[in-house]
This record gives sequence, C-alpha cells and structure tokens, in this order.
Amino acid sequence: MKIIILGAGQVGATLAENLANEANDITIIDTDGARLRELQDRLDIRTIEGHGASPDILQQAGGEDADMLIAVTNSDAVNMVACQVAYAIFHTPTRIGRIRGHDFLSYKDQLFSDKAIPINVLISPEQVVTQHIKRLIQHPGALQVLDFADGRAQLVAVRAFYGGPMVGNEIASLRTHMPKVDTRVAAIFRKGSPIIPQGDTIIEADDEVFFIAARKDIVAVMSELRRLDRPYKRIIIAGGGNIGAGLARSLESQLQIKIIERNIKRCNSLANELERTIVLQGNASDQELLLEENIEGTDVFCALTNDDEANIMASMLAKRLGARTVMTLINNPAYVDLVQGGVIDIAISPQQATIGSLLTHVRRGDVVNVHSLRRGAAEAMEAIAHGDKRSSKVVGRAIEDIDLPAGTTIGAIVRNDEVLIAHDDVVVENGDHVIMFLIDKRRISDVERLFQVGLTFF
Amino acid sequence: MHFRVILRILGILMMLFSFSMLPPVAVSMIYADGTSLPFLIAFGITLVTGFITWLPVHNVRQDLRTRDGFLITVLFWVVLSLFGSIPLMLSATPHLSIVDAVFESVSGLTTTGATVITGIDLLPQSILWYRQQLQWFGGMGIIVLAVAILPMLGIGGMQLYRAETPGPVKDSKLTPRITETAKALWYIYLSLTILCALGYWLAGMTPFDAICHSFSTVAIGGFSTHDASMGYFDNPMIEAIAIFFMVISAVNFALHFSAWKHRSLRHYWEDPELRFYLSILLVISFFCTIVLELTGTFTGVEALRHAVFEVVSIATTTGFATADFAHWPTMLPFLLFIAAFAGGCAGSTGGGMKVIRVLIILKQGMREVTRLLHPSAVIPITLGNRSIPDRVAEAVWGFFSVYLIVFVLMLIALLGTGLDQVTAWTAVGATLNNLGPGLGDVAAHYGTLNDTAKWILCFSMLLGRLEVFTLLVLFTPAFWRR
Repeated sequence: MKIIILGAGQVGATLAENLANEANDITIIDTDGARLRELQDRLDIRTIEGHGASPDILQQAGGEDADMLIAVTNSDAVNMVACQVAYAIFHTPTRIGRIRGHDFLSYKDQLFSDKAIPINVLISPEQVVTQHIKRLIQHPGALQVLDFADGRAQLVAVRAFYGGPMVGNEIASLRTHMPKVDTRVAAIFRKGSPIIPQGDTIIEADDEVFFIAARKDIVAVMSELRRLDRPYKRIIIAGGGNIGAGLARSLESQLQIKIIERNIKRCNSLANELERTIVLQGNASDQELLLEENIEGTDVFCALTNDDEANIMASMLAKRLGARTVMTLINNPAYVDLVQGGVIDIAISPQQATIGSLLTHVRRGDVVNVHSLRRGAAEAMEAIAHGDKRSSKVVGRAIEDIDLPAGTTIGAIVRNDEVLIAHDDVVVENGDHVIMFLIDKRRISDVERLFQVGLTFF
Repeated sequence: MHFRVILRILGILMMLFSFSMLPPVAVSMIYADGTSLPFLIAFGITLVTGFITWLPVHNVRQDLRTRDGFLITVLFWVVLSLFGSIPLMLSATPHLSIVDAVFESVSGLTTTGATVITGIDLLPQSILWYRQQLQWFGGMGIIVLAVAILPMLGIGGMQLYRAETPGPVKDSKLTPRITETAKALWYIYLSLTILCALGYWLAGMTPFDAICHSFSTVAIGGFSTHDASMGYFDNPMIEAIAIFFMVISAVNFALHFSAWKHRSLRHYWEDPELRFYLSILLVISFFCTIVLELTGTFTGVEALRHAVFEVVSIATTTGFATADFAHWPTMLPFLLFIAAFAGGCAGSTGGGMKVIRVLIILKQGMREVTRLLHPSAVIPITLGNRSIPDRVAEAVWGFFSVYLIVFVLMLIALLGTGLDQVTAWTAVGATLNNLGPGLGDVAAHYGTLNDTAKWILCFSMLLGRLEVFTLLVLFTPAFWRR
C-alpha cells in the first residue's frame, strides 16, 4: 500500500516504523529536516521536507497514486487542509486526520464529510489514551484492557501473583475452578518472551497473562490470577492537559478526583469546567503538596503531563509516599521498558494506544479493531469473517480446522451480541467477529490473507 | 561493528556474484574457444568461498549501522575485484600475472577501462565478453543490483546504497522503498543497454560486438573488443550512437526515472546540472573542432566528427577512442583531461567529481564576487529554484579538497616508482576519474608500467568509483574505535 504520512512527530514516526516493516511504501513529510534524516537512516522510507498541506509537496510525495493519507501533524488546521487538498486534487481514497481540538470534535458530524472537510477517519489520540486509562482504572490490577466488538468482549493483561488460585496450576483447570465462566488464555509472556498456551501450560507467578472473556466475566477471571484489588476510589491526576482533563471529566461522577496543575490560568479554566473534581495549583513533584492531599490514602496516582521525566519522577515520589498504584504516561518508548514493573505499576505509551486505531485502516480484509501490544511486537486483531465454505478460508470451519499461522490464537468469536469463547469445536459463521492474538507480527500478512474472501464470492 | 552480519552479507553477495561467471561459459561454448574451464573454476572457487563465509553466520540477524555499510561496500568491491581476476589468470590467453589480472578486473568493475592487455583482437570471445560484462556490472553498481534482487538486506540496504551511489546528496530515493529504487535504476540501465545494443547492431556491428560495446558504453566504461577501440569500425553512424548513449548514461538516472514515470521530457530541461553539463560538452566540442581545423590536424567534417566523439568520450569518462588524441595539439588532451575531472552527473554511471559538485563550487565562486560588490547581501546558492543547504556546500568543498590531496599523493607515489611526469599525472587522473586512457606511456595501454605503479592505480580506481570517502573512511582510526 502507498501511504503518505504528514508529521514526523511521535505518532507519525511510530506509525512509519510499524508500517515500513510490513512492505508498505511510506513517504513521510515534515518541516523538520533533521528529524527526517534521523528517520530515514533508521527506516526504509522516503522523506520529504516541506509543508504537509502544500499541493506541490504532496505531489512530490507521490500524491497521485497514494492509497492513504495520514495527517498527524500537531496542527489541526494543517491536518484538515491536507486532507482537503488530497481529496480535491489527488482523490486519495482514504484520508485519516488527527483532530485534537474539542470544539472541532463536538461538530464532527457536520464538519467532517466529503462535502465539508473530507476526512474519512478521525483520530484523536488524547481521547484514545483517555479511554485507555479509564479502562485501566475501572479494572484494578489489569495492565491493559482492550475492547472488542464495542466492548462486548475484552482482552485483559494481568500479572499473575502468588495468592491467585490459578497460579501454579494448569490452564485446563480453569474450567474446574470456574464452571460457569468461560474464558480463553490467548498468550502468556514470561520474562518478556511469549509462550503459546496449551492446556497443560502451568501459570507461574509474575507471568503476564492475556485472556479474553465477555465483559461481565472479566473480574471473575482476574480473581483467579491474583488477589483482587478493591475498586479504586481516590484518584490524583498530575497534569491538567487534554488527557488529564478528559479523564477527570469522564470519571468525576463516580470517583473522587483531584487534579494537580502548575499553570494558574489553566487551573481556573479547569475549575470552571469540572464540577466535582478538586483542582489544585502546584507542582506534582512537591512532596508537601502530595502529603497534604493525602497521597498515602490515594488509590491511583496518574502522571499525565507531557514531560516524561517529570512524570516518572513524580510517580516515583508518589509511590514512595504511599500511593497504592501509579500510572505514568511515557512518550519515549525507550523509557517504557525501563520503568514498567519497577516502582511504576503501569507505564502508558500514547503511541501504542493510538497506533492500533490507525492500523485498523491499513490492514487488508474486513478488520474492525487492531491493538498493538508489547511495543508493537504482538498484536490483537478483530476481523469479520465473510463468505461461505467455498470462498472463505475460515467460514464454515471449526476452529481446530482453520489453518492458522504459527503464533496466532483465536481467542473468541462475537456472533450478534453473544460472546463465544473459541473452543476447538466452535464453527465460524458468516458475519462473525473473530478476535485473534498474534505473538509474532511477521505473520500478520498470513492472517490478513486468511480473512480475504476468495474471488468466487463475487 | 557487526562482523558476523558483515560476513553473512558478504558471503551471500559472493555466491550471487559467482553466477556472473556462467554467461562467459555459455559464450565460450557458442564460439568453441576452449576457455570455459577457467570460468568454471572461478565460478566454483567464488561460490564455495562465499558459501563457507556465509554458512557459520547464516542465522545472524542484526540491523546494519552506517559504518557497517561502508565496510561491506569496500570489502565487496575489493573481494570481487580479486575473485573477478581469477579467470584472467587461469586462461591460456591472455594468461596474466596476478597484478595484471587484478588491475584488469578492478579497471573493469570500476568502469575505468584502462587495460594492460595488448592484442585484444586475438583474445578468446569468452574473455572479451567477460571484460565487458565486468564493466556492465560495475556501472550501475553491484551493491545496487544486490539491493534490488535481495530483499532480505532490508533496512541495511540503505546503508550500502549510500556508500556506493555517486553524487553529493546520497539520501535521495526515487521511490519510498530502497529495493524499488534499486530495481527502477536497474530497469532503466537494462533498457538503455538493450537499446544501445540494438542501435550498434543496426549500424553494422556484429551481434557480439554490439552487445559487448553496449555494455561498456552504458556503463561509461571504455573497454572494447578491439585494440583500436571504436576506431576499428570507422563508421560515423556507430560513433553517433555511441555519443548519444554516452551522454544519456552520464545523466542522472533520477531524471530518466521521472521522465519515464511522467512520460514527459520536461524534467530534463528543468535540471540545472544537466543544462550545465550539456553546455560544457557543447563548448568544448566547438572549441576542439576549431583548434583541430586551425592547426590542420583534421579538416571540415572530419574535425567535427573526431572532436565531438573524443570530447564526449573523455568528458563523460568513458574512454573510447577513434583517433589518437594523445598526438593532437598539446592543449587539447590537457583540456579533455580537465573536463574528465568534472565527469558525469551525480547518480549516473559516469566517473569524475560529478558535474553538480563543480557547478556548486563555481556558484560559490560567483557568490564571492557578488559579495565584494554588495557586502551585506544575503545570497543563497541555488540550483534550479531550490537553494542548497550550507551543509551540502561544505561537503562539496570537503570532497574537492580530499580529491585533490589524494590526487597529489598518488601522483608523488607514482613519480617515486620512476614514471615520467606526463605518464604519472595522466595515469592518476585517468584512474581516479575512472576514465581509462592516459597520455605518455599510458596512452594506449598500461601494460608497460611497473607492478608497484599498477597496485597504486588499482587503489586509485577504487577510490574514484567509491567517491573517495567511502574507501578513505576505513583508514581513519575513528572508524575502528568502538
């Protein structure tokens, strides 16, 4: 696929890195030449220095025959104009734009159509990240919670601890432990390397276990793997930017939330906007302030400023002062591995969270959801199976008969509103949402091929 | 430095290259010249050596760093030159000594076209074919070929590509992916070769000569299957075709690519480097014609014919000959040699310093003049309507100075081996610019030089082909420091 990416920032660069390894033709446009040179040294892509919305530059980038334009510069206006230019001049079929501004998003139905601003797919990383953190807060103890089929099924990553009834037992015994609950362990990461779980695989303490279950069963399964945390109640958010404010807005009705923000002007506007949240003006790494605000009684401390180092230091401080769980937003991918699992309980990588929503549109076949996991090494994917037994390689076959590439497991199938956990004898039907887990990203093209309908279908 | 990956890639490349020994075997069968054995032995040795190099490390997977790219590229050129000389050593005719065989092989691969062999007309066909084929592989670059057909070089491909491509801006790619770029370059190269061969054939060469000469024309090489080079045919039509394809091949291949992609010739006209290059050729050709006419060396159309052919042949660094230009009025050979320093355009198969560098240097000179008149003016250096980053201009000056220093050092070394001034001067110039024929003792061939001089010139040819820095960087302590 020929893809033009505007903006070589964190999202753009991560995206290029992910896509270039999958045999796509990537051209990336940015005004920062030094940044582009660094990328070109590392990746097999073409770079063009210039203004992303300029027709000339887009033409140089091969606008005429591009299949997709992804506008992720840090300016909403540039992204919108670029999509408009691509649509009007080059008739680019897919135009994805990042829009952050709240005001734009609130009129999105009127604004973003082919008649007005022709953006096919809107992405708003802040919203994606906010949702991501929100799900983590709603599932105490989970490292990652991913929604499939509009949240009917969820994939949850949990670190197994001593004390969980399942720890030290075979996976097959899950059934006898919980006769009423159906789940499937999709993958286990032990000391960073993946294991494809078999019935006789024994779950060990400190394993990172990915399992799929219907939303209502998630808590029951988690309780088998570790002692359940009590639900979170008191939250302190450091940093009142878009993510912090959005998180507070969506959670303030259920939980007690405090926001610490340094800028007094921003504090005022936050205080006006948020109803039940307490807005504190100050520095998140100020020990006195944290103690005064009862940090030792806090369930979750979220450091969400745009400064990685400040986030890490504030989180470490909060943890030492007694916060139960700390979550930290970290942009620099190199830091994520460094801190996760140490003092910091959960490191949230915004690129990781965003990249999935973009990958969904790049994948061939009818793919509705992609989540990039473990720094892009693994991927969870939801695809819709189409066709019949003759035209499709999946429909009409029992799961054990499907010729899955190595390292891929089918976790669950969502049929209409029902979540069917993928046991070997379940037969896939036309229109089923199939949720898969791939521990090896190199197999993605094989999986895509599996879900492409043979020509006889048409 | 990732030596294991380097060995792995080197092994693969050697195995790949070993197959280039097979076409000469086929030629040998067709003409029954009885020289297939040396090629088969060379094929076996290269393949087995490559396999042995590759086998212990074939599982190693690591990304290449920039400096690994330099090392692989240089090693590969050196190794290929050595293995490429095997058939020349083993065959009954010419049966060269080690130094002569290596010299011939380096000269072929670097598209220099300097030869140590006399009596070329008497060589077996397979050897003739092999020499031309060496030039053809070297022209577009063996690494570029490898990147095109070996996708597994992956990201590292860019590091290698950069170490081999000529021109001041090394990062420009025609297409987003490096393999596609390399493929595009080879497609263009291949089509030009086929067209050129057809042209020669229609103009009256035998099919064998036509193919052989198309190899060395499009590669800007200069090897011929005859002692008298192009003069053997004495056919104005053949010379015209040669001129046309030499000029085309010395043009930046990126321009051919855009012309082919957009189906228009507009890009050629808009390119400042090409315009400058064509005007150099025109002016010098005109000047040479006048001088030849005035001094009575040739008259009328003959003067024009020989002048244009020699100017294009030398200025593009091809090195074909129709007339004994060494005995033209002294000023002309000297002038042509200086033109060879400018060489072809960046991103072409031509040698020399590349026209664009000369153009940038000239423009900087002009800028100083303007500055004298307007001391506070801000004057960017522009090519077309784009201004050149200072970084590139600095790099061009750096290249220029190193080129000159290298030239002088090697000149002194050659004088030290006992050559006379003219011979030494032109031998270094002809090899460093990948030109081929020189003046003095090396006007016809390099066979009479002493062995030390030949080794020095081999080094000089490699320096020229890899644009000095790629090779020179290996001799800096910083490169080897961890």
